[in-house]
Amino acid sequence: MSSTFVSDSLAAIPPRRGRRSSLRTWRWSDRLVLLAAWVAGLSLCAITAAIILYMGYRGVQYLRPGLIFSRPQVSKDQAGSGGFLDPLIGTALLTLIGIAIAAPMAICSALWIVEYGHGGRTRQFLTRIVESSIEIVAGTPDIVIALFGLAIFQLHILAFVSFVGEGGGVYGKSFLAAGAMMSLIALPPLFVATRDGLQAVPAHMREAAFALGKTRIATIRRVLLPSVRANIATGITLGVSRIIADTAIVLVLLGETLRTEPQGGVPGLGVLRGTGSTLTSYVYENSPAGEGAAPQKAYAAAVVLMLFVLVLNLAVEWITRAQARSSGSIAIAGGIV
Amino acid sequence: MSAHRASLYSEESMKVLSRETPPELESVPPTQPIPPVRTIVLDRAPEPVRPPEQREAVRRALDADGPERLRLEDVSVAYSQKVAVRSVSLSIHQGEVLALIGPSGCGKTTLLRTLNRLTELTPSAARGGRIVLDGQDIHDLEDTALRARVAMVFQQPNPFPMSIFDNVAFALREQSRRRPRRPELEPLVVDALRRAGLYEEVKDDLHRPALRLSGGQQQRLCIARAIAPRPEVLLMDEPCSALDPISTGVIEELIHELRRDLAVVIVTHNLAQAQRVADKVAFMYLGDLVEYGPARQVFEQPRAPRTRDYVRGAFG
Repeated sequence: MSSTFVSDSLAAIPPRRGRRSSLRTWRWSDRLVLLAAWVAGLSLCAITAAIILYMGYRGVQYLRPGLIFSRPQVSKDQAGSGGFLDPLIGTALLTLIGIAIAAPMAICSALWIVEYGHGGRTRQFLTRIVESSIEIVAGTPDIVIALFGLAIFQLHILAFVSFVGEGGGVYGKSFLAAGAMMSLIALPPLFVATRDGLQAVPAHMREAAFALGKTRIATIRRVLLPSVRANIATGITLGVSRIIADTAIVLVLLGETLRTEPQGGVPGLGVLRGTGSTLTSYVYENSPAGEGAAPQKAYAAAVVLMLFVLVLNLAVEWITRAQARSSGSIAIAGGIV
Repeated sequence: MSAHRASLYSEESMKVLSRETPPELESVPPTQPIPPVRTIVLDRAPEPVRPPEQREAVRRALDADGPERLRLEDVSVAYSQKVAVRSVSLSIHQGEVLALIGPSGCGKTTLLRTLNRLTELTPSAARGGRIVLDGQDIHDLEDTALRARVAMVFQQPNPFPMSIFDNVAFALREQSRRRPRRPELEPLVVDALRRAGLYEEVKDDLHRPALRLSGGQQQRLCIARAIAPRPEVLLMDEPCSALDPISTGVIEELIHELRRDLAVVIVTHNLAQAQRVADKVAFMYLGDLVEYGPARQVFEQPRAPRTRDYVRGAFG
């Protein structure tokens, strides 16, 4: 049992006990709930596995490297319809535009809310307004956001975002227009991730910087922002995965041309003002739900899209874990203190 | 095991204890070692901060009253309606350690945070009276400039999540600018680390994350960070209450070294610590400054009855 009398009385380790009470002592209703929890959890796993396996199978069946590197062609039969290089580029471009607009907005508003938003009644009121606006944006269906975007970008004053059609009306559909609305989709998760990260920075960290005679701005730039880098990265990844998965905004605001169609003479700007497609709209157009011209290619593109989303999810997981693991992180410091 | 432990204080086991050898020990061969996990080893005995006679010599050499650094005239602080500090007047001199003692909630931390205007971060706090730093009212100074001259060390070690070097360099840099660059800062950083007694332990790798250091090292890093811009006054808010006795000893020794160059104001709950490090002691009670005087006088011949009771441990 024990080595010596002394060590036993000084540091008795409590004996290992059974894992938990036996299920037999549970009430019937509790057992049912436990069963339901198990069934729900396992069936979710099964559904995910089924989707991934099915898409993987389709991918092996239809996905060819050539598809990724060739542009879509207009054709009656599937063999001549080309690949989905343009939709891939379109997805990347929309993601870039969306994040480029959403990231500064989300980070700045999170900074304002956490660092400046609670002095006095007016500021608290403003904070509440900002937070609920972002919640409302997050809860708005993307098709509604898309229609709103169309209404805005068809205004004459915003003709530079897209281009003027033959009848003299502003077309209102372009990469810029879609990207601007995409930023609204990406903004809420980015905002929440940054805000939660900033709120998790312990107050004594700020005080330490103030006590060194640093201004609030210097504290934000040199202490707070570096501390929430991982949170921002997580937020950006979440935003990206929402942008690349979105269909409604693309269908309404990107003009449904499978190939990117630049408008105007300036090379770079022309693409941004022109129409195009993304992987989601490509899948939709080519599936039996849309034109139905190339269902096999729709599957191939869907596999690529799903791989992207999976990789992004893994990236979020990885960033979160790396943050928790690295001893240089705020989360750890806050946990100990 | 636990049953045995429970019976330790029963009559029977007391009898067992009173016997010369407990029966369990007889049954165990004496060569069997106690598992190392269960033994507590002190690698070195806690040393006294400094022999008392040597401390007295230093104290005399430094002259009882160095040049005055901070003067508090009728300072009061209130949080909305609640008065936390009530018209305190004090004088803080270079070369001395002033300990603010008193029970929890007596306003000593508030008073300390008023000295570098950190209370202004609390929107409801209001201050009355005058605080003069080297002849200048601190209210007329830019708060960032003031805080570089009146530095502060907190209860919890709070290094920034950066490297050791950057933690100290951050204090030296002009606001958020990166300039001056690393090579120009290096000697200043090394000097600050050396004065904080940390350099020898970290010199191999100044660029490792500060949060990997032990608690005591982190606190000394915070001290290095605070004294790097050569402040005139160093405020310490219970700097050792989160540390082990050995780290506490190191930091108390450090406080002794530091007061040559600056005035130290330390808030402490620990009367023994105040006795070890302080030259002057101010006893506060419920926002009032009850007694202020040389450490020996306050501890040995307190004038106010409340001080006497507190120092003797009658309350607090």
